[in-house]
Amino acid sequence: MTERPLPTITPETRHFWEGTRAGELRLQRCAGCGDAYFPPRPFCPSCGSAEVTIFRASGRATLYSYVIHQRPAPGFVPPYSIAVVQLEEGPRMMTNIVQVAQTPEALQLDMPLEVVFERMSDDISLPFFRPAGRSA
Amino acid sequence: MKPGSIAIVGAAETTELGVIPHMSQIQLHADCARNALRDAGLKAADIDGLACAGEVPTNVAHYLGITPKWVDGTAVGGCSFMLHVRHAAAAISARLCTTVLITHGESGRSRIGAQPRTILPASLQGQFEAPFGILGPPTMFTIPVLRYLKTYGNTQEQLAMVAVVQREWAAKNPRAMMKDPVTVDDVLASRMIAYPFRLFMCCLVTDGGGALILASAERAKDFPQRPVYILGTGESVETPMISQMADFTSSRAFRVSGKQAFESAGIRHADVDHLMIYDAFAHLPLYGLEDLGFVGRGEAAAFIAERRTAPGGELPLNTNGGGLSYTHTGMYGMFALQETVRQVRGTAPAQVKDVQVAVCHGVGGMFGASGTIVMADRRP
Repeated sequence: MTERPLPTITPETRHFWEGTRAGELRLQRCAGCGDAYFPPRPFCPSCGSAEVTIFRASGRATLYSYVIHQRPAPGFVPPYSIAVVQLEEGPRMMTNIVQVAQTPEALQLDMPLEVVFERMSDDISLPFFRPAGRSA
Repeated sequence: MKPGSIAIVGAAETTELGVIPHMSQIQLHADCARNALRDAGLKAADIDGLACAGEVPTNVAHYLGITPKWVDGTAVGGCSFMLHVRHAAAAISARLCTTVLITHGESGRSRIGAQPRTILPASLQGQFEAPFGILGPPTMFTIPVLRYLKTYGNTQEQLAMVAVVQREWAAKNPRAMMKDPVTVDDVLASRMIAYPFRLFMCCLVTDGGGALILASAERAKDFPQRPVYILGTGESVETPMISQMADFTSSRAFRVSGKQAFESAGIRHADVDHLMIYDAFAHLPLYGLEDLGFVGRGEAAAFIAERRTAPGGELPLNTNGGGLSYTHTGMYGMFALQETVRQVRGTAPAQVKDVQVAVCHGVGGMFGASGTIVMADRRP
């Protein structure tokens, strides 16, 4: 296998992947306790309420933590970052930091980031993050 | 389970350890199981309870010729065996069975008869982590550490010191795979795997196994070995996705499991003579020392650097050399338990003097699960 593994969409995650395809980062928010959460599920993991809504997140985040992988992986050329970002709305998600040198010097914790989407297949566009404040 | 009411009456590892290409995974289970039966003076027919991970209990029962009336196939990663000990103690206490065999066998290096490692693309991890280039534990377990280091102002040199100290313990252990001394500079000069983790900060990948036999403490005198009593136990799980670990500087599963174990054992930290903390990577003893409450948050790196856990230190930690230097088949928790049993029996290669109370703490998945066992050389 030489290609990046892609998700198989499930009923509970469809809105998220439809969102990335449309250029939107979609999260869910609980009407009961107000918490925004990720990954998707049709109930709130904090309070259990099924009254949840889907909303478009700002796409703004900060770099929470990461590693820079030095070995080849299917679909990747090392070195590449595997990162967890802190979304402005609260949840965290795994991603790759793109459009920046893959070095400890360039990748500073808490640096501001913004989401970008890259089409991988007809069904799947992946959300990546790049340093904030650059024009596309 | 009443503290001290259940005992470990048999314990053994596989005859060989490290690189065993002439043995399949199921045979590794059998090899250590047969060694543990011999250690306890038992036959397979004497076993009426079976727990294992990596292979389902059906496979191991059939292969060994065991007819269990209680089985546990809990598989939450490398600490599964801590959970098996806990569940077995409860089962024996509830009189569901009398004599439990727990086995681990893994052809982690040679991959003979081992199941393929896959992430289902429809699972949450398959959808929300796999597309970003994760490739085994070195790319996942390691992710929280930069946040940890920044939060507490710790350095990569301090992280390297964990590996240095554990190599000192390994040097005393003839069965350890890596015995040559290393310095902080050696660790920091070893090959970069996933920044900031270098080769010597990552566990070994080996073949091997281990098995335990548990029975009620009332029967313990009927067995040839010095009994090792179960004082307290704990377990928990958090998340299958490292990205969703609630706090990157502390493991909820560690805290929940450790607290249960200490409280059920009725011990305080000052009572602990010997400690094992599952070290798949160099940061795990830092999280373990803090989440179990041996030191305050952010104090573990200095504690280790001050040689408090090293040979001669006040809290001997990972005295077999750990996953970093002794062995690491993939689910190392069984080897941590084996070392705790040896230390309490007084038969360890790097024997700590007069171990009365010992704590063995495991991790499963990528901070996804935890199990903690408190053992003692006598009943309270």
